[in-house]
Amino acid sequence: MSGLQPFRDLPPELVEVQLQMEGHAREYGLDFFPTIFEVIDIEQLNAIAAYGGFPTRYPHWRFGMEYAKLSRGYAYGLQKIYEMVINTNPCYAYLLSSNALTDHKLVIAHVLGHSDFFKNNNWFSQTNRHMLDEMANHGNRIRRYMDRFGVDVVEEFVDTCLSIEDLLDIHSPFIQRFDTEEKYDFPGNTENPDDQPAAVGRFLAKSYMDPYVNPPEKLAEAERGREEAAKEAKPFPAEPMRDVMLFLLQHAPLKPWQQDVLSIIRDEAYYFAPQGQTKIMNEGWATFWHSTIMTRHGLEPNDVINYADHCAGTLATSPTRLNPYKIGLELFRHIEDRWNRGCFGEEYEQCDNLAAKQSWNTEAGLGREKIFEVRRIHNDQTFIDEFLTYDFCRQNKIFQFGYNDDSGYYEIESRYFEDVKRQLLANLTNLGRPQISVRDANYKNRNELFLEHRYEGVELKIDHAQATLENIYKLWTRPVSIETTLDDEPCVLSFDGGEHRVSTAKNGASPRNGSSENIVITN
Amino acid sequence: MAMKIDKDVKRFQKIVRGAIRKNLRKYVTQSEMFGRQGKDIVSIPLPALAVPHFHFGNNQGGVGQGEGEEGQPIARGDDDGSGQGAAGSEPGQHIQEVEVTLEELAEILGEELQLPRIEPKGASNISQEKSRYNSIRRVGPESLRHFKRTYIQALRRQISEGVYQPNAPRIIPIKEDRRYRSWTNTPEPQANAVIIYMMDVSGSMSDEQKAIVRTEAFWIDTWLKSQYEGVERRYIIHDALAKEVDEHTFYHTRESGGTRISSAYRLCLKLLETRFPAELWNIYCFHFSDGDNWGEDGNQATELLRDSLLPKCNLFGYGQVESMYGSGEFIHALEAAFGGKHENLVLSEISDRDAILDSIKEFLGKGK
Repeated sequence: MSGLQPFRDLPPELVEVQLQMEGHAREYGLDFFPTIFEVIDIEQLNAIAAYGGFPTRYPHWRFGMEYAKLSRGYAYGLQKIYEMVINTNPCYAYLLSSNALTDHKLVIAHVLGHSDFFKNNNWFSQTNRHMLDEMANHGNRIRRYMDRFGVDVVEEFVDTCLSIEDLLDIHSPFIQRFDTEEKYDFPGNTENPDDQPAAVGRFLAKSYMDPYVNPPEKLAEAERGREEAAKEAKPFPAEPMRDVMLFLLQHAPLKPWQQDVLSIIRDEAYYFAPQGQTKIMNEGWATFWHSTIMTRHGLEPNDVINYADHCAGTLATSPTRLNPYKIGLELFRHIEDRWNRGCFGEEYEQCDNLAAKQSWNTEAGLGREKIFEVRRIHNDQTFIDEFLTYDFCRQNKIFQFGYNDDSGYYEIESRYFEDVKRQLLANLTNLGRPQISVRDANYKNRNELFLEHRYEGVELKIDHAQATLENIYKLWTRPVSIETTLDDEPCVLSFDGGEHRVSTAKNGASPRNGSSENIVITN
Repeated sequence: MAMKIDKDVKRFQKIVRGAIRKNLRKYVTQSEMFGRQGKDIVSIPLPALAVPHFHFGNNQGGVGQGEGEEGQPIARGDDDGSGQGAAGSEPGQHIQEVEVTLEELAEILGEELQLPRIEPKGASNISQEKSRYNSIRRVGPESLRHFKRTYIQALRRQISEGVYQPNAPRIIPIKEDRRYRSWTNTPEPQANAVIIYMMDVSGSMSDEQKAIVRTEAFWIDTWLKSQYEGVERRYIIHDALAKEVDEHTFYHTRESGGTRISSAYRLCLKLLETRFPAELWNIYCFHFSDGDNWGEDGNQATELLRDSLLPKCNLFGYGQVESMYGSGEFIHALEAAFGGKHENLVLSEISDRDAILDSIKEFLGKGK
């Protein structure tokens, strides 16, 4: 039996709810993909959730682990997935069969919000909307490799690749990083023989004058100089490359099936990346619309308690974790309110009368228009950067916390707006992952791989970093190093296939020059 | 309904088992397992089953919502896990606790140590009557009435009497039609085992030695339980005198004074004769001591062992735990007395925690 369960037709009462909700959503101007709802039971929902929404994905133990975790969480009453929606066209969404009708209404309205967001937000503009088929394809390919080379071998390789699945260049779908012409641009292969590179450094002269105009010894010297310059190898890659997976895909000595597996994992990582980039906005937007639609149209008197309970659960705040539903929803409301009252622009910004600012109202009425614009062009980082205001931080009691080494506790560090915003933006940068790029693939002129971590005040977790290096070593098959910062000192972690090294620079000497203090940690 | 995910779950469990197997020696040597033990389940801490990534450590910090002064602690940092999930990042990966049934654990132990399965002795003569409901009677309590049979019987009678009307079928059973379920007794072979643990609690056995004994006993229990349907355990402690105690007392008693091993063997023998006749039980005796014994008692002990205990036991294991004070002589006395002649006597020296696993293999490796 395949994981994709046969379609169960939506029961007529839910079809009615769907039509009703879609009607309301359209009236508000939401523009969503055709959305297909399926009612499934909790096991199926957990299974699909474990697969990240795609029942046809390649087999891997971590999905089983995720499923075991979800099932246990559900059995103990700790967690329950209400809804799942997949960013494809048409959009697929799953409803949990044991939910009450109120929940179904809410979830359908919520899903339409997501669907609208997927369709219109610019960060999803490069997304493959046929990912369901693509994932099935990936599944088949990996299964075929498993049949051919053995489950263990392939699965171990998948594990290795997953170790670097977050080393992406999340902006690359929108930027042309490389000149695609470059690889066809062979030097010295032009058609006209007169344009030969031999002509470089030579002055035009009649043949009888040539030895005088272009003295051979000078030419030879210039030639040597050029050769020497050529010997000083260009750094490879020419610029640090953020897409470590792509780099390894192109340059690591992989077998064809391994290349294919790595490319599969890379494709899937790029598919999921924009969802990570827009978590706050996406959930905020969907919550904004389910709340608007439900409270104005959807709620029957007997739904109210159930609805309120559900919302309270979804929007609960926590001291240790910013709830994306809550913050997104409140921020959208905040923006709508500001633009409705005209609280923006030069005149407003320059007003320093607090009372006037608080009661500011130009009756601009631009709120709706503005939030639709915001949902179109922003991602979480720009969203927070642009719209998180001092007032909003105060109203929502947002604070910044940090780890106290002495007590071993996370402690509230600051309630200053600047600190909060800086921290939040830092956490959203690069999906909250360290920024790592390939700097040199011929490190020490020995074909070793040299990565760099762009240190911005937060250290890497060393044991995990070393385990990751081991995995990259498996792909690159030559020693791998990463430059990072530990205790405010630049340092290099390396793995040569046998043992780990941590080298720190002493007396300002660069660890790359060898005059370094080595601490050897044996495996 | 079978789902595709089941395969992945199986795969995951297989990996868990692999990880346990890899770390088995560590689990065996650490006694922390007992704290995690439920009735049939042990929960095992597995470090980082997750795929490693480059990620930030504890010092990442984050943003939260709610009341509180600056400096107020909000959550405990994880010593070895990563930082608390901050906004925008995924929740931290903690060390996972995986629940494994004792049975499964025994299986892993067995596979890893290549322990042979035990062939219970005289399984055929150790038998128990078992009742099975597999027949029908004409009399019996109403609660056991067999509806279908009764109905068929009534139908048959009515047809033969000619009162059955196919157009208006009414079946009314009378007393003679009634049928009842009934049972027959069948003797079924059953393997029961008793484990008798004996330990020297004289002054020279310190806590460390006891911890070793305890760990070893846990694994022996686990294995034997997986091999027999019912396992009983008895505990005997001894210094110069022996007495039967419960499990807790067994591990927590400390006496001073001399040691007479024969006293324990005598009590053990008495226990076997009165409670666990050798015809009915598979008997396992394990004796742990540091090898110190009272001068002339050694002969008495070996005699008891040779003449009375060994013939009754499936296996007699003597584990000598190395201690700072013990002379460690008893094992040599046993070696001298028995040589390699007795199949069901196993001697094992346990120098420290790391030797536990090998010692278990020595004890259980014979498949007795």
